[in-house]
Amino acid sequence: MTPRPLGRPPWPLLLAAGLALLWLTVPLLGLLVRAPWPRAAGLLAEPEALQALGLSLGTATVATVVVLLLGVPLAWVLSRPGLPGAGVLRALVTVPLILPPVVGGVALLTVLGRSGLLGAPLHEATGLALPFTPAAVVVAQVFVGLPFLVLSVEGSLRALDPRSEEVAATLGASAGYTFTRVTLPTVAPGVLAGAVLAWARALGEFGATITFAGNFPGRTRTVPLEVYLALQSDPDAAVLLSVVLMAVSLVVLVLLRGRWVNRW
Amino acid sequence: MRMLRGAVVVVGVLGLLASTSACAAEEEPLVVSAAASLTDVLPRIGERFAAGHDGPEIVYDFAGSSTLAEQIRQGSPSDVFVSADVAVMDQLADVPAVGEPVVVASNVLQVAVPPGNPAGVTGLADFGRPELRLVACAPEVPCGSAAEQVFAAAGVTPALDSEETDVRAVVTKVGQDEADAGLVYRTDVIAAGGRVEGVDVAEAAAVVNEYPAAPLTGGAHPEEGRQLVEFLTGPEAQQLLAEAGFGPP
Repeated sequence: MTPRPLGRPPWPLLLAAGLALLWLTVPLLGLLVRAPWPRAAGLLAEPEALQALGLSLGTATVATVVVLLLGVPLAWVLSRPGLPGAGVLRALVTVPLILPPVVGGVALLTVLGRSGLLGAPLHEATGLALPFTPAAVVVAQVFVGLPFLVLSVEGSLRALDPRSEEVAATLGASAGYTFTRVTLPTVAPGVLAGAVLAWARALGEFGATITFAGNFPGRTRTVPLEVYLALQSDPDAAVLLSVVLMAVSLVVLVLLRGRWVNRW
Repeated sequence: MRMLRGAVVVVGVLGLLASTSACAAEEEPLVVSAAASLTDVLPRIGERFAAGHDGPEIVYDFAGSSTLAEQIRQGSPSDVFVSADVAVMDQLADVPAVGEPVVVASNVLQVAVPPGNPAGVTGLADFGRPELRLVACAPEVPCGSAAEQVFAAAGVTPALDSEETDVRAVVTKVGQDEADAGLVYRTDVIAAGGRVEGVDVAEAAAVVNEYPAAPLTGGAHPEEGRQLVEFLTGPEAQQLLAEAGFGPP
């Protein structure tokens, strides 16, 4: 088969792409249409809304830092050629993606709850218990966000030319130096993309949070939980809060792109 | 070749659209949208109702009353709505598809504790102890507004650790021993079957929660829906409701 000259894109592709775009954007338009704009200023000045937004941004950011610190090394290990059991490990990493988040929350309770496998000894020794604390929100967010970063970074690492690491080694660089000065900068776009996905997933996290961390204003009630609660009493306020969460995350993502991506 | 692949995509999309309308051609079931606290008892009542006459199959949609009310307002094809709260039913008064509601059951709050009651909770006063881990429903949902009134009646300022969005979530937290006590409905303690224990509180009698049921005209079987609502107030259904811990209307 000879390559065709680049011309008009095939129409079935355009049709499917257009359909995909509508599928994603029409529900969002629905939210924008329904949001009670005249009440917007008043609703957003409510302390509950601000508190939830602050808690969401704070916990999601802390969770992303944890995800970066733990996820990049895991991705690096997974990308090593000839790693025994790599297939199984990779499958384990994707489990939180397919697990219903509420089940993830139950799993976290079973291990880290006050009477959990690890939680019970901790509670006995220190009197501390994770559930109903902001730390539990972060734990839930890390659980659901970590796979996004690991898969993204691992993909970049595997696409990396192994010779660059070899060259660094032959020039006398230590393994640690090679990792931080050669490997990491090369896969930085993958790290950033993964971190952004993990942050966005953490920001939207609902099921594991409500099950594991509980739901108390200022402590564990993030924006998605506040939205769900508002749906019970004031659906319009819930819609507005969802729009705000979307707007905040879009602004942050767009700013990040402008500030960082062009440098690489 | 290119045209063929295009045709495949188009046929696929049409197939997807057609599959949604194909369902409509089959015999529609009788759809009952009901408050989550009725999850265990309502299907048993439905069985008795169906045994009495040759009607359509009954399917249930159990969720928070407010969520269901919102779906009904948006035109969900239900035949019967049973709410755990009169206020939620009243909000639907302006929806033409919602018929005249009738109260079919009542419920009172009870304190739920983990098996063995490790924290030694004896009543509502324990909800003022900050060292305990305490949960109840959020004031925005029916069980939470009832809890708020009961706490007020008892003169207790609760030191809650979590305000859940539905009563079953409170039962779960207590049943998992994450909380020392939770305020739930008496029926939830019975439905939990040993995962939690109930502690009666006298002040709970001050706040009786009523369950209104209304026939809807938005579904396929408005007439059967009307009959089911009538059946709910009859002796057979009332007997089953009483066994599940519900009070009389």
